[in-house]
Amino acid sequence: MSANAAAHRSIEALRQDLSRRKILDRLFVIVGLIVMLACLMVLAVLFIDLVRDGAPRFGWDFFTNFASRRAERAGILAAWVGTSLIMIVTAVCAVPVGVAAAIYLEEYAPKNWFTAIIEINVTNLAGVPSIVYGLLALSLFVYQFDLGQSIAAAGLTLALLILPIVIVATRESIRSVPKAIREAAYGLGATRWEVTKDHVLPYSTGGILTGMILGLSRAIGETAPIITIGALSFIAFLPQSPIQSEFPFISFKWLGDPFTAMPIQMFNWVSRPDPEFQANAAAAGAILLGMTLLMNGVAIWIRYRFRKKINW
Amino acid sequence: MSEAIYKPVISRSALRYRKLRDRAIETLLLAAGLVAVFTTLAIVAILLIESSAFFEHVSLKEFFTGTMWTPLFADARYGIAPLVAGTLTTTIVALLVAVPLGTTIAIYLSEFAPHKVRETVKPILELLGAVPTVVYGYFALTMVTPALQWLMPELPGFNMLSAGLVIGLMIVPYVSSLSEDAMRAVPRYMREGSYAMGATRLQTALRVVVPGAFSGLAAAFILGISRAVGETMVVAIAAGMQPNLTFDPREPAATITAYIVQVSLGDLPHGSIGYQSIFAAGLVLLMITLVFNVIGFWLTRRFREAY
Repeated sequence: MSANAAAHRSIEALRQDLSRRKILDRLFVIVGLIVMLACLMVLAVLFIDLVRDGAPRFGWDFFTNFASRRAERAGILAAWVGTSLIMIVTAVCAVPVGVAAAIYLEEYAPKNWFTAIIEINVTNLAGVPSIVYGLLALSLFVYQFDLGQSIAAAGLTLALLILPIVIVATRESIRSVPKAIREAAYGLGATRWEVTKDHVLPYSTGGILTGMILGLSRAIGETAPIITIGALSFIAFLPQSPIQSEFPFISFKWLGDPFTAMPIQMFNWVSRPDPEFQANAAAAGAILLGMTLLMNGVAIWIRYRFRKKINW
Repeated sequence: MSEAIYKPVISRSALRYRKLRDRAIETLLLAAGLVAVFTTLAIVAILLIESSAFFEHVSLKEFFTGTMWTPLFADARYGIAPLVAGTLTTTIVALLVAVPLGTTIAIYLSEFAPHKVRETVKPILELLGAVPTVVYGYFALTMVTPALQWLMPELPGFNMLSAGLVIGLMIVPYVSSLSEDAMRAVPRYMREGSYAMGATRLQTALRVVVPGAFSGLAAAFILGISRAVGETMVVAIAAGMQPNLTFDPREPAATITAYIVQVSLGDLPHGSIGYQSIFAAGLVLLMITLVFNVIGFWLTRRFREAY
């Protein structure tokens, strides 16, 4: 009889153990949910806080005024124009080079040590702190190439910074194009470039666009590298206009002009002791954050659409 | 008649042209690929060249053993230790936030959450890593620090604690996203084996999936560390810019990155020792990230599980 009782007791112990483990399991679900929601909340709090603090500054004047010593009159005209021009330079430099490098690595590169070196470099560059790019640009672009503290120098710096992002995204989307499509085109006598240009690239447009937008959304908020190359934070004039009234109508003189940018302007306002300027910083931050989130949203949407549309 | 039969569809010269064009394009594409290699070489070369000018004035002994960093003062001292201490302190605080939170989220998303939740939450979470760092700096200075001061009234307005906490939040998505990828790569049959032995989901996650994905987790943590070490704007805004040899996160201090920003904001003449000092600081920063990456490489190799 006692053996039976012992067995009964051990079953009882097993049951208790099981229910304890199940409780732990449920507890973890709750903890996981709370942690996840807390992190998502941070994003919401961040945005609401910026909009609330910056509310008194929102208005047309904020976009059309230059920086000023008086907080309520200070605006972001020079900053948003500077940021837009820098983004143009960055996109024009980083996208073709990044896409070309990705095509090379996916479609052309032989499997050897040389290709391995390029691949390791791309991976490592993604891990280099952004301020180190600033140091590179300060010495190389600003002084060696004599670009000065200009829009061109800033655009090139950010282009180098986002190059790995563009390369990685493009490679991923090229890789997802099935081999059969390439084989079919080769079978009809197409050369490697014709296969790439007419078949692989059209199918991977979605991924390339996503990578480009994600890269630019990273570049738009980068502050440290362009502080390092010496962006001025107080600028009360605009770069020269790219469109001229006389022949040849288009001018590239703006590339050499000094500039300021949105994150620089925000940093300048944050670091002022006068609390009045914190409202300006918040308003600039809300716009900056809004643009970043918008770009990321568009990237996610494009990725989603292309994934849905293509059915191999 | 027979001539017409043997006439090729494409003329020989057209064929030769297509081949030449392909060769030219391949060379162009290769050149684009080499930009990455040249960037790396340029970074290393420039940091070494500019720092070597710095080390002509400053001995290596002073640089590594000195405890004061005051290159911009009349009585200039060049001991890097305070900046390194600041960098390590903010990084440790950030990791104390990011590793537990990031891993918990990764385990939850990979082992517990329904498919739909995972697919929705992951991109939103990744937005947290896309927020401009200068915005996080504002957040740390105007929200986190006042909140901390409410808990600890003697906390100064600039401190490494609030900067580190915010950096931690910033790198949560890096850690969670990569960790989750690694955990999902653990094959299904290992989980099923564990369930068959009567283990719960949590036990399976902690004793089967996490050890199985360890090399991926290590890579995720290392990426987080690299980001935290190189983070600039949050510390420049919220931690103050005074070099301070301390490991107490409640104190204000400058990091390596904050020092570079501080110098860049001023107008130092090209070639002065202050100008050169930011390259020496940058070299140390790059070395620290390199060391962590080597450790990460070793860890992933050592603990890689082949399925």
